[in-house]
Amino acid sequence: MCKKTPLYDTHVAAGGKIVEFGGFLLPVQYESILKEHMAVRQEAGLFDVSHMGEILVQGEKALDFLNYILTNDYTDLQPGYARYSPMMNEKGGTVDDLIVYMKGENDYFVVVNASNCDKDFKWMCDHKIDGVELTNVADQWGQVALQGPNAEKILAKVADAKYIPQEYYSCIFDCEVKGIPCMISRTGYTGEDGFEIYMPADKAVAMWDLLIENGKEFGLIPCALGARDSLRMEAAMPLYGHELEEDISPRWAGLKFAIKTDKPCDFIGKKELLADEPPRIMRVGLKVTGRGIIREHMDVYRDGKKIGHTTSGTKLPYIDAAAGMALVNKEDREIGAKVEVDVRGRMVECEMVKLPFYKREK
Amino acid sequence: MNYPSELKYTRDDEWLLEEDGVATVGISDYAQHELGDLVFVNLPEVGDEVVAGEAFADVESVKAVADVISPVSGEVLEINEDLLDDAALINEDAYAAWFVKVGNVTDKEELLSADEYEAYNETR
Repeated sequence: MCKKTPLYDTHVAAGGKIVEFGGFLLPVQYESILKEHMAVRQEAGLFDVSHMGEILVQGEKALDFLNYILTNDYTDLQPGYARYSPMMNEKGGTVDDLIVYMKGENDYFVVVNASNCDKDFKWMCDHKIDGVELTNVADQWGQVALQGPNAEKILAKVADAKYIPQEYYSCIFDCEVKGIPCMISRTGYTGEDGFEIYMPADKAVAMWDLLIENGKEFGLIPCALGARDSLRMEAAMPLYGHELEEDISPRWAGLKFAIKTDKPCDFIGKKELLADEPPRIMRVGLKVTGRGIIREHMDVYRDGKKIGHTTSGTKLPYIDAAAGMALVNKEDREIGAKVEVDVRGRMVECEMVKLPFYKREK
Repeated sequence: MNYPSELKYTRDDEWLLEEDGVATVGISDYAQHELGDLVFVNLPEVGDEVVAGEAFADVESVKAVADVISPVSGEVLEINEDLLDDAALINEDAYAAWFVKVGNVTDKEELLSADEYEAYNETR
């Protein structure tokens, strides 16, 4: 059975086209994916991301635990900051990718993918060490993502300046916006500036309505999963189930920046990472130079030899080109080289390109 | 939703116009609306055979791919090359944005009138 987020009725009333995603009923689009995508690049968009899971990691050994189950190094993370990490299994693959927010000493708030939340919680419990307490609080939280170049102006209209985090990947716990208690972080999954706002589930509708109403003059529109996917693809952010999987190393997915094999402790996946150095497979961008759209799970050929498969792809609206990402053998990965993608039996010519496809000007 | 009465429709959401032995085929307004913003169309070539009930083209939105099923069997006489450059024409007017013209028609799928197709869509 599919769950509904606290904003389900709001989406239906606004004409959202509802689909199942990660065990939740969520809109894939309102009026148009293209329009929603462009709104986020040029003005602002509001997403319901209440389906994301939240897990509390607390206790005197919380930091040691995070450093043991995650590839990133949390030793110098300060309260009021967030840090991204893959979580690996013992076969060198990826259990999930997530964001850890530090609320205070021995007190962390971990945000995971909706479809993986129960699996992650079980994984964490199975690998728990003494001195750590884990609590799955996913059902208690709603979350909205306010994204785009006008996001800060919109938030400033409704929130006190002291509640607006200034640095990327910083966050402020215990905010209050027009009487709604919330946590605000300067994070997102679109490649734009923006905020992710967490509030008790029963306050999600009030927060959504407040932002939609006040954001109108700044071009804010409600956005859904379709645009979230095309935006993250353009920004080359991996999506679990596509660029990451139980049998895909986070190193292959291009996440070297979040893998600290030199941190002064052992962690799950370290041995497998070191054994795969240099990695035998790597992610690459593919830009269609022929005619067609590439999508996930299509074979990639170079000079007639299969070198890997696509993990994501569509027509990317802002760069106005068909493109995607693929995992290919490292020895065959060469930026600028021509490849062919088998699109349902038809070979479509592509070029290997550097990622991301889009990077905002700062 | 728009259902021109001079056209026939299939349950797979194609429309068909028959004139002087030539069948012009496209996808319905209902179909373009369900698919969302279309970004690519793959069409057969002139001279190709199409078979009633089988896919002869595909349309792609940002999120999905859908086969377009031929309502008739015959030979492709002409294709709408404008769609190859701009699939969004289908979203603008699904009945102006024809896909192919088919001649030498030998077989047909079961076709619905505009009223029947509209009633069918209301049950979906």
